[in-house]
Amino acid sequence: MAVPKFKKSRSNTRKRRSQWKATAPTLVKCSNRACREQKPPHIACPSCGQHAGRQVVEPA
Amino acid sequence: MPTPTKGARLGGSPSHERLMLANLATSLFEHGRITTTEAKAKRLRPLAERLITKSKKGDLHNRREVMKTVRDKDVVHKLFAEIGPFFADRNGGYTRVVKTMPRKGDNAQMAVIELVNEKTATAEAEAARGTKFAKDESAQQSTAGSVGDESVSDETAAGEAAPTTPEVGSESEDENKDQS
Repeated sequence: MAVPKFKKSRSNTRKRRSQWKATAPTLVKCSNRACREQKPPHIACPSCGQHAGRQVVEPA
Repeated sequence: MPTPTKGARLGGSPSHERLMLANLATSLFEHGRITTTEAKAKRLRPLAERLITKSKKGDLHNRREVMKTVRDKDVVHKLFAEIGPFFADRNGGYTRVVKTMPRKGDNAQMAVIELVNEKTATAEAEAARGTKFAKDESAQQSTAGSVGDESVSDETAAGEAAPTTPEVGSESEDENKDQS
């Protein structure tokens, strides 16, 4: 069985983890003029429940 | 080589997939709108539309064909008595899939699939005028394609000065109006 030969230094560990980042989600403004909340694109607005001028889901 | 089915494979086996799609279709016709994952909604759409097309024909053979998929007799009755006749003047596109926010538990892409409950703009206009567009009339009258008939119907259309917007364009106009 393969066994690590050297201890991973704190520096190497931290350098590795420094590349582990979160990305900001893409958001657009709701096309409903009364709402204008930020929402993911191509998705029914979670705050007003409209999509393409149509009430699709219950607003949260 | 047979063409693979479009969209995701569902469940663990073909029979499981058939059952899931059949249950989804039953729920859709029962409730008119269901919330499910996007993958399932995308698989359900062609199946549901085929079933509605069968229900529009409305004879016993087609009813039996639908019964193969939708096993609930009440739902099949509703499909043939209400849903099919409602879509009489719509040629396909009976359902609508709208994406919604991802599910909390597993972040799965969710969507709402619903039966389109509006009439087409052309159908509404025809109902208001009590006549049909020249192109539709000529298509109905003469599949044989006699030139004389077409010219006559063209003249009548010009006399009425009917708006001859194609279906797709007028639908998008409607959407624009709703946004304001």
